Amino acid sequence: MLSQKKFIVSHAPFWHNGSSISEQSYNIIFAALPAVIAGICYYGTGALAVVAMAVSTAILWELAFNLVAKRPISIGDGNAAVIGLVFAMLMPAATPWWVVVTGTFIAIVVGKQIFGGIGGNPFHPVAVAIAIMMLSWKNCFDFDHALMGYELDFPMIIYPLAALKNFGVSAVEGLTAADLIMGKQVGGIGATFGLGLIIGGFYLIIRGFIRWEISVSFLLGLVVTAFLFNMSDPSKYASPIFHLFTGYTLIGAFFLATEDSSSPVNCVPMLLYGALGGVMTVLIRNIGVYVDGVIFAILIINLLNPLLDKIRPKAMGA
Amino acid sequence: MIKRSFFGLAKPRFEYETTDGVPGEPEKISAPGKAMFLFKGERKDAALLKTGDKIKTGQKIVLYEDSDTYVISSVTGTVSSVSPYVGDFNAPYIAVSVSVDDAEETDEQFADASKDVTLDTAKDFLAFAPGCPSLDVFSDPDRPIKTIILSCVDKDLLIATNPYVVKSYMDQINQGLSILKKITGVDHVVVISSQKMMKDASAIGGASGVELRVVGSEYPAAFPQAIMRNIMGKPLPAGGCCEDMGICFFSAEAVASVGKAFGDGQIPVTKTLTLINKNLKRVLVEARIGTPIRDIFNACDVTVSEKDRIIIGGPLTGSAVYSEDYPVMPDTDAIMIQDGEDVSLVSDYPCVNCGECVRICPAKVPVNMVVRFCEAGEYETAADEYDLYSCIECGLCSYVCTAKMPIFQHIRLAKYELCQIAAEEEETEEEEATDA
Repeated sequence: MLSQKKFIVSHAPFWHNGSSISEQSYNIIFAALPAVIAGICYYGTGALAVVAMAVSTAILWELAFNLVAKRPISIGDGNAAVIGLVFAMLMPAATPWWVVVTGTFIAIVVGKQIFGGIGGNPFHPVAVAIAIMMLSWKNCFDFDHALMGYELDFPMIIYPLAALKNFGVSAVEGLTAADLIMGKQVGGIGATFGLGLIIGGFYLIIRGFIRWEISVSFLLGLVVTAFLFNMSDPSKYASPIFHLFTGYTLIGAFFLATEDSSSPVNCVPMLLYGALGGVMTVLIRNIGVYVDGVIFAILIINLLNPLLDKIRPKAMGA
Repeated sequence: MIKRSFFGLAKPRFEYETTDGVPGEPEKISAPGKAMFLFKGERKDAALLKTGDKIKTGQKIVLYEDSDTYVISSVTGTVSSVSPYVGDFNAPYIAVSVSVDDAEETDEQFADASKDVTLDTAKDFLAFAPGCPSLDVFSDPDRPIKTIILSCVDKDLLIATNPYVVKSYMDQINQGLSILKKITGVDHVVVISSQKMMKDASAIGGASGVELRVVGSEYPAAFPQAIMRNIMGKPLPAGGCCEDMGICFFSAEAVASVGKAFGDGQIPVTKTLTLINKNLKRVLVEARIGTPIRDIFNACDVTVSEKDRIIIGGPLTGSAVYSEDYPVMPDTDAIMIQDGEDVSLVSDYPCVNCGECVRICPAKVPVNMVVRFCEAGEYETAADEYDLYSCIECGLCSYVCTAKMPIFQHIRLAKYELCQIAAEEEETEEEEATDA
């Protein structure tokens, strides 16, 4: 059978809905922009420098690893940029350059690439990086120390969670929910502007790039646990609203816990996974030694992900 | 092609379209100048058919003495070549090309046999009739068939073949149904139709008592597995077949073929099919089995150019062919042409665990896990622990895959490989048994 024309022969199905990893990555970056821009407005060019540095070094580390490991160049899918951006959002504006470079190295190479690259990482690469950095260079994450030289027009110029841990609930009574949600609090570059994070998260949820089950159950788990603590002793434990809008709560719920590779795919596991994250966060904040528990909570639920995902509906005919 | 909606939170839905927008009158393709028939199986020596042999329309052709497979010639002419052809998954075929003569002669063998309306006659002559009536299933004593399902819908999207047959060949369907009931002794017939075709489908069976059931409009509701679960209330065990449960499927066209054959004393050789054009415009076509698809393109003014894709079957489950010489087969319900620019390519990215496939899978297969094991060649684990055999092969997982993985093909390959492994094991066992 000779044929003059050459046709494309491939296997079914012959349609695709047009979604892609790069589309997802760029939408996550887009959704993060309100919070990042607010951070830059509050903290100035220092914050912009950290963001630019983190995104560019994350991409370069990925490229370097691609070349060294002789793997196809994967920086085009935007995943490295997302990791760099989320990493920067969690850092204080005055982070030294070497911390950023080391952090993105840990995130990209240790957190993602050594597990086989995208889709292979058992933990959120950024959570891995931040956890290691937190344990290695404590001062970098002491926001009060890091932001000493800044003139900030905030009602309270110390990190709310640290104030709560060190001085009790009375120290944070002056903070209103409105101030917190508008980002008028000390914290990471892109982690404080709650309204922007909620808008970004909501955008990602309705576009289907992250799953509402995880974000909503994370926040619910956090609020309920914080509420129970608060009920038991209001003078010792802060209100759920305070926990909801401070530290890494919102960025954790919308940008960290929802990462595809390290989160479950079935409905019940997603709800459990999120809720556990919320509960763990408050437990670490209220009775643990660390000021903010989001990062460790995320790492713990990441660890549970494969186990949780065993809970799945019965397949047809099985 | 239907793209992801802006609001990606909602699951994409595919609705089976009815014949709306399909011209009611089919394009009738005249007898081709050259026809081709594909025999399943390896090439062997001592073929009964040689180049230069004359064959007649309606003649039953067997290629080898001991072979059960046969084709029914749809044309009168001379055999011009007998050559091997390779299909999907390396399946071997033997392609017999026939140069068609102008004068048509009809073979009388079936005309004599058809006076005797029995299951054996039907089995002997109608396996290659349009729609492929599955008559062999009735002679398995271990699996008695109690119910015949007559499906007036097509499995894949965009195909309008069976609805057209129901509309246009009601008499033959009724005749075929009564013959089927008579020769198989099966009384219970269920007619499956879509909501919009209810009026036409309700005429099936006349007063003889058939059950009419409506199938859902969302893909893949017309798949046998979905019909078994949703309509018959007898979900198939994973990897099982309907015949094990005493049920067999006939398309409306297959039943019409049986009716036509015994009514006219002639085996029908004209296949109805839906031609899906590049802009998804659909045309019904009636062409003889064996017609090269090139003839259909020419007759319907379809220009096919380099790097286009020709698909036999529908957009989600069809199979692409590499040549315009590929013939119309008795089960070719649709031919689809896709422009080179619309061809969506797969990538070599790994699974990113986004879960889209798991959420869309109608069989609730944990596709994200299955594909990981399939990619690593761990087919047994995929089957034993992650419900590989529950897959009904609808193709939706690949359609939504963010990483553009060829998931559907991974699953089919896994099933194929497991089948090969099982066959090999059986062989060694047999050898051991004979050695012992």
